[in-house]
Amino acid sequence: MTAEHVTTEPAMSEETLRSRVLGVVADWSSDQRSFKSASWGKAMMWIFLVSDTFVFSCFLISYMTVRMSTTVEWPHPSEIFALDIGGKKIPLILIAIMTFDLITSSGTMAMAVNFAYARERKKAAILMLVTAFFGAAFVGMQAFEWTKLIHEGVRPWGNPFGAAQFGSSFFMITGFHGFHVSVGVLFLLIIARAVWRGDYDVGRPGFFTSRKGRYEIVEIMGLYWHFVDLVWVFIFAFFYLW
Amino acid sequence: MTAMTDDTTHAHAHAPLAHAAQPAAQAHGQQHPIKLYLLVWTLLFVLSACSYLVDYFDFHGLLRWTLIIVFMMLKAGLIVAVFMHMAWERLALVVAILTPPLAVLVLMAMMAWEGEYTNYLRVFFFGA
Repeated sequence: MTAEHVTTEPAMSEETLRSRVLGVVADWSSDQRSFKSASWGKAMMWIFLVSDTFVFSCFLISYMTVRMSTTVEWPHPSEIFALDIGGKKIPLILIAIMTFDLITSSGTMAMAVNFAYARERKKAAILMLVTAFFGAAFVGMQAFEWTKLIHEGVRPWGNPFGAAQFGSSFFMITGFHGFHVSVGVLFLLIIARAVWRGDYDVGRPGFFTSRKGRYEIVEIMGLYWHFVDLVWVFIFAFFYLW
Repeated sequence: MTAMTDDTTHAHAHAPLAHAAQPAAQAHGQQHPIKLYLLVWTLLFVLSACSYLVDYFDFHGLLRWTLIIVFMMLKAGLIVAVFMHMAWERLALVVAILTPPLAVLVLMAMMAWEGEYTNYLRVFFFGA
């Protein structure tokens, strides 16, 4: 009745903007719950993601500040992240592959959410495992990238290519993002297992809260996963392309 | 009879607000056609390829920055709106989630100013 209810309305229904704005006022003054279309679990995940947005924003803004203030030339990411493939040096190719990998994992995650609500639990679990696989592949490529740069002498306090701040920005930003991906993979595996076993059909108590879970957890997990992809969009634009 | 008609008119007058306030008092499960996800997936691939080409063709200056920002915002918009289902959430949630990060722009402006100033001082005093 609650989470099982299904919506397939288009993005902007017939509601006018006016009634939507009135809705904001009514929702916030309702003295009960403000987020009427979101369960507490979903709302809390969103609020966590907002706080995480600030964390990543602070990293990216401090990167901007040191890059603007240094008088030494900033290393060229295009050359540093180039790979030799078949004797040809292709610029930034590893980062491009990582980007496509993460987008693909987002696509499979979105479909997993769909199948979870459709009660096709095996399909949902398999898609979550595929998502986890692409996530793990992403972390693997990042480890490769770190290893390569460390071998070339990039350190948080200096590097042979230019401004010393490059290393600290790089390790901090990609490291924190990689940590998010790793945690995501872990939780994907835990939830995929529960979905596969049918925990949410039989109301089996969860390992942490000992309360019954709902298929909505797949959507909440998806929110986190898409956010990780979203952050990568910004890192890709500002750190690698700028 | 009259009382009943009165009642209906009364209810009608408040209809927009009441309707907006309680569209569906309970939480929804978000389920949308797979086709839409595949479309967004394809678009994200194309946009990522475009941003990669910005680097590959080695565009410079204003053109480069504009293209990077445009592709970035389009990708972010698609992810948030469709994959994270923001397009189907009620405005109260959308506003609560999307407006606070705008404060980041203020910090960004302040730090850009600060960074520029530090750079100026370094050049001025150390002649780098």
